[in-house]
Amino acid sequence: MDIRTTGGPATIEEMAAVDGVLGEPAPADHRVVHGGRAARSQRHMLLPILHEIQDRVGWVSRGALEYACRRLSIPPAEAYGVVSFYARFALEPGRARTVHVCDDIVCQLVGAQPEHGVNCLGLCDRAPATLDEKQAPERASVRYPGSRLLRRVGIVDPESIDSYSEHGGFKALRRAREIGAEQVIREVTESKLLGRGGAAFPTGRKWESVAKAEMHPHYLVCNADESEPGTFKDRVLMEGDPFAVVEAMAIAAMTTGCDRGYIYIRDEYPLARNRIAHAIAQSRAAGLLDIDVEVRRGAGAYICGEETALFNSIEGKRGEPRNKPPFPVEVGLFGRPTLVNNVETLINVLDIVNGEFAETRLFCVSGQVKHPGVYDIPLSTPLRELLELAGAGSIQAVLLGGAAGSFVMPKQLDVPLSFEGTRAIGATLGSGAVIVFDETADMKRALMRIARFFRDESCGQCVPCRVGTKRQEEILDRMFANGGSQADVALLGDIAQAMRDASICGLGQTAANAIASGLQQLPVLNV
Amino acid sequence: MSEVALTIDGREVLARKGTTILDACRRLGVDTPTLCQLDNLTPVNVCRVCVVELEGARVLVPACSRKVEEGMKVATDSERVRHSRRLVLELLASSVDMSLTSRQVHGWMDRYGAEPSRFGPQAATVSQPVKVDNDLYVRDYSRCILCYKCVEACGVDAQNTFAIAVAGRGFDSHISTEFDTPLPDSACVYCGNCIGVCPTGALMFKSEHDMRAAGSWMESQQTVTETVCPYCGVGCMLELHVQDNSIVKVTSPLDSSVTSGHLCVKGRFGFQFVQKRRQ
Repeated sequence: MDIRTTGGPATIEEMAAVDGVLGEPAPADHRVVHGGRAARSQRHMLLPILHEIQDRVGWVSRGALEYACRRLSIPPAEAYGVVSFYARFALEPGRARTVHVCDDIVCQLVGAQPEHGVNCLGLCDRAPATLDEKQAPERASVRYPGSRLLRRVGIVDPESIDSYSEHGGFKALRRAREIGAEQVIREVTESKLLGRGGAAFPTGRKWESVAKAEMHPHYLVCNADESEPGTFKDRVLMEGDPFAVVEAMAIAAMTTGCDRGYIYIRDEYPLARNRIAHAIAQSRAAGLLDIDVEVRRGAGAYICGEETALFNSIEGKRGEPRNKPPFPVEVGLFGRPTLVNNVETLINVLDIVNGEFAETRLFCVSGQVKHPGVYDIPLSTPLRELLELAGAGSIQAVLLGGAAGSFVMPKQLDVPLSFEGTRAIGATLGSGAVIVFDETADMKRALMRIARFFRDESCGQCVPCRVGTKRQEEILDRMFANGGSQADVALLGDIAQAMRDASICGLGQTAANAIASGLQQLPVLNV
Repeated sequence: MSEVALTIDGREVLARKGTTILDACRRLGVDTPTLCQLDNLTPVNVCRVCVVELEGARVLVPACSRKVEEGMKVATDSERVRHSRRLVLELLASSVDMSLTSRQVHGWMDRYGAEPSRFGPQAATVSQPVKVDNDLYVRDYSRCILCYKCVEACGVDAQNTFAIAVAGRGFDSHISTEFDTPLPDSACVYCGNCIGVCPTGALMFKSEHDMRAAGSWMESQQTVTETVCPYCGVGCMLELHVQDNSIVKVTSPLDSSVTSGHLCVKGRFGFQFVQKRRQ
């Protein structure tokens, strides 16, 4: 295809940024045609290139984008569609920020009122949170004693492979290599491990499907795009025990015959990104990781935590979810069978292989509690017990599962934290977010913030979610301003049902959950 | 080719493997609303107005892209289906000017009882000025329902020009050239295939746009003459829309084996010589 560009030349700095990722362009020789399939096959480097441009120059100019388009043979209109999709990229000078101030549910709850607040940064254990990309801080995390999954966090040196080995590291990998792929899959299946990303799909079944998939290559993707408001467990794992994530990926790759791996980490986790990259390099050099694993950096899009949107993002496209079926185990990244697991899910595999697995789960407690942090507690522990551990006082409501979850009221605090237990009261464990609101909390503001979050993060692809999240915010706003009416509640209910039934992906299907459960249960909102 | 048996609204139907629920519905004569679907484009299943209830599925599924499977039980007129179809049409019509969509679309809105006004007078819309930046066609994105058809026709499904794409996110998503560049500076080759697939009148011949503005566009007085494009040897089938003995618009039938509805700039817009010779 002819790439038509009219935006003027890129600066030397911008060209250096692009060439830094792709390598120097071939010398000008008009007898040879460059581009075509060879260039287009590099399409998946678009996001890394855009990050590089923005990191060096501070924004993505038209000249820079069009230079990247010429090198990758991407139509500029399509590349513009990609840049403008991700909140991270600035298309005007001076628009990019390197310091982000969060004003999402949790941070707003504890008093954050910034002028340009951003959506949840995954730093809810230290709300109100700010993130300075230039100096990512060391973050101490509260640990629950006796934790299984977090046992090395804060103890092991996250930048030393030797330290990791001394603390039981790579034992699972050695055993996995001994017993072989089939036995590992059998053990994972027998453990009845369910995915921890939110959908709770049986992990063993997923592994088996990918292992058996006839088409090759197989890809391994670790979903570390943790963006559900109030969720930060994967960050704590990646920052505190990065080698464990890499070891688990090595086992997954070996077991399911993956030829290449990716770990997609949200942009707001620079420390995790650096540590994981370091752990991958060290493990690879030590012969403990058989495949190349690339760290991919998100660009400010909640929707990219949805697995098929994540694939599109890695492929250098807009993070729009795909229709399912076909499922990733058949047609995933680059159209090939793909094993995609969340960080916490993968880490559990180490204990399964070591025979140390127990049904515990990580919960991220935040909001109005004395000890916000990640808690590793046995499945089916009553919510009340977890709240006591975290030092919760008087409770008005608990938002379980983040913005896509639902409210649990004081009279329901004995609910066991299990898939069935929460389902019985119409709630969900979701991503493990537990946001606590005490009696002083302004619940209307919380609901408005949730509505704003979904309106902001909807990808815009399907009608129910694109327009539904907008209308949901408008109607809530109107209700809280003028008192609202039963008709407004009914209208929200109508929108909620259509979003739940007819949206393409989980974002739209759950975008009304918290608001519906809040309106139904919170007494301050009765109209 | 092997066939599978499925049930739609209690009626058993045989369908070829690899075809969609929508195909099966059509075979049974079940009228299914569609907006982003077109037989000559890859299904994108974004409008969600064709959703049906599939037994065993947690959510509704898009008929346009869900492939038939043996033993499927499909309901096309259940309460849930009617509700989602109604809401999709309401949400769209509350945010987009749908006055130039086909009579069929208005029929679906009546059938499902869509009342776009119930979101209130303050409901945000995509209203914006018409983009008139060339002599051949205009882009009125106040009428755009974001069905992706124009993007597909400009891209791999027909023209392979890639002059436009979806930009932005969420409610602010919109069809755009790079950096909203005017068409003459973009990669556009004026094949007009985007106009051919647009279901809402957002993309329109400039001739039609001007006549509508002047109040002289009279669709009821137009005749359609089928002919073959005189320019090259491909032999594209043309439909000349004529009003007052002047060509006002050119289309090509979607089911034409030569064009599949798509033309090039000459066939689409190069008709002035017909009128000139007469003068």
